[in-house]
Amino acid sequence: MKALNEALYQLMEKDERVVLIGQGVTSPWYVGGTCDGLRDRFGTSRVIDTPVSENAVTGVATGMALAGMRPILVHPRMDFMYLAMDQIANHAANWHYMFGGQLSVPITIWAIINRGGEQAAQHAQALQAVFMHIPGLKVVMPSSPCSAKGLLVASVLDNNPVVYIDDRWLYDIEEEVKDELYCVPIGKALVIKKGRHATIVSASYMTVIAEKAARRLAGDGIDVEVIDLLSLKPLDEETIVSSARKTGRVLVMDGGWRTCGVAAEISAILSEKAFNYLKAPVSRLSLPDAPAPASRVLEATYYPDEKTVVAAVKKLVKRDVTNGL
Amino acid sequence: MPISSPRQSAKAFPHSFYVRIYETMLKIRKVEEKIADMVSSGEIVCPCHLCTGQEAVATGVCAVLRKDDWVFSTHRSHGHYIAKGGDIKSMMAELLGKSTGCSRGRGGSMHLADPEIGLPGSSAIVAGTIPLAVGTALAFKLQQTDSVAVAFFGDGAVCEGVFYESVNFAALHKLPIIFICENNLYSTHMPISECLANPRIYRKASLFGIEGKVIDGNDVLMVYETADKAVKKARAGKGPTLIECLTYRWLGHVGPSNDLDKGLRSKREVERWMRKCPIKRFEKYFADNNILTEADLASIQKRVQKQVKDAVDFARNSSYPEEGSLLKNVFKEECR
Repeated sequence: MKALNEALYQLMEKDERVVLIGQGVTSPWYVGGTCDGLRDRFGTSRVIDTPVSENAVTGVATGMALAGMRPILVHPRMDFMYLAMDQIANHAANWHYMFGGQLSVPITIWAIINRGGEQAAQHAQALQAVFMHIPGLKVVMPSSPCSAKGLLVASVLDNNPVVYIDDRWLYDIEEEVKDELYCVPIGKALVIKKGRHATIVSASYMTVIAEKAARRLAGDGIDVEVIDLLSLKPLDEETIVSSARKTGRVLVMDGGWRTCGVAAEISAILSEKAFNYLKAPVSRLSLPDAPAPASRVLEATYYPDEKTVVAAVKKLVKRDVTNGL
Repeated sequence: MPISSPRQSAKAFPHSFYVRIYETMLKIRKVEEKIADMVSSGEIVCPCHLCTGQEAVATGVCAVLRKDDWVFSTHRSHGHYIAKGGDIKSMMAELLGKSTGCSRGRGGSMHLADPEIGLPGSSAIVAGTIPLAVGTALAFKLQQTDSVAVAFFGDGAVCEGVFYESVNFAALHKLPIIFICENNLYSTHMPISECLANPRIYRKASLFGIEGKVIDGNDVLMVYETADKAVKKARAGKGPTLIECLTYRWLGHVGPSNDLDKGLRSKREVERWMRKCPIKRFEKYFADNNILTEADLASIQKRVQKQVKDAVDFARNSSYPEEGSLLKNVFKEECR
């Protein structure tokens, strides 16, 4: 949370073309303190709180980008982005190609997954797969304060529309973040833990769970490699494929739905590019194909946790475990 | 066929102004006529939404604008492109899908653009460019320039929610934008009166506390003068204006047919509007007021015919994009 606030502050300080626009940029509960102090420092002309007009405001930010600005557009609840799909998919994403590369749309669309707390189906969605599907959009998902800052900076510096998706569940994580402006390059995944027996491919909050699960699995003698994707599009196929070739077993995790999801896409890539190295079918851990429920009991079943990951990895390496690895 | 006269303009303009306006309207007309032929013969394949009969709106509005004023257009974009100063050679090449097209053969008729002349693009999604125009107006305001943005849209766009969201936003922030509704009475096949509970579109402006006007969109001088006031107001930081220009497309929604065979409108109605032809009315105005002579008009007509012929020749002689360039420009790769 503080990392995002610092990134926004520094970006706006450095470049007056950067503006923050969207619903709730001055509302404490919408954007969870990430925008604190910005309006006092940069004024109402660069920190623009907007009416609930998702489609128009997305178009406005896109128009600003065409006219030389570097807008950061906030959708504080990703579910509401369906209302803005026309401007994102038909306009921002197509503009550079459709006119032969004349103008580009350097917009950062900051989408927040705002789930849990019995908020149910319309206050929960993680739509990364939807945006990943659309040509002309880049999609990034930070997993930590360091990547949150570095990816936001990279998104704003990028000349294309970048959908920057973060999960509110990451907001309480604390770690040391570099003071200066720095980029986490878009299109590069990170191997955050090396391992021999299996690979977990994950992004965003799933990476947090994957790391915890990997530590627990190590206690059971299972040495897992964990890849933090950071960018979903462009996807760092090389890092994923080379890890799969090394371990031969892959669990792909995604915080979105299973069908046509991120994990499905990565599984297909592994089948195309690492087939001969795989010792077991690629396994997927995603959300079930159902809307998010309200009741805490159902909610707890709906979202994967560390234990689910441990079980999935154990299942994946089972044969080896019985054979003493 | 008797021609209705335009309202007498109170103001006298320089000779060159009349020539420019007349030439632009005529160029739009002649280009559209040529395109209709090329669509009929099968030479042009991409869907073409022709604006024959509506020339005065694009011409009158764009005549007020500078190069650094931005215009956003629609699927019916030819008139706006030409009136804003677009090169008809690259336009014809675009319609034939050639690499020399104004959108490098990626856009076709519905996606004409030339940012150099202040036309960042045209969208086939009804009302889709209205918020984009509002966004550029906001950018102009933040950049402290006195440029203005213009959103052209049809009457059908007023049925879209984003129209209301966008006008509200522009009014809220008092942005330098002019909303030009080209009300040609039809939303594709449907009369607009069957789409809007209140088809007096200019009245929507009052919902947002901005000025709304309805004018004869086939009177080019009236369009010019109304747009001129709105643009001056926008440049002075006094906010948006909605101008509803009543006009009529002689042809059907798309392509060279007049849609009479489809029973969508009556021959009488079409003929009534053809009598209000903006070009013929302007010619009559010249004659009545001794402005341009027959000889002046003839020389303009000759010049326009040659430009159209040259544009078609250029397009025909241009090459298609290379197949290997298919995936170029999905992303802009170089970073700033």
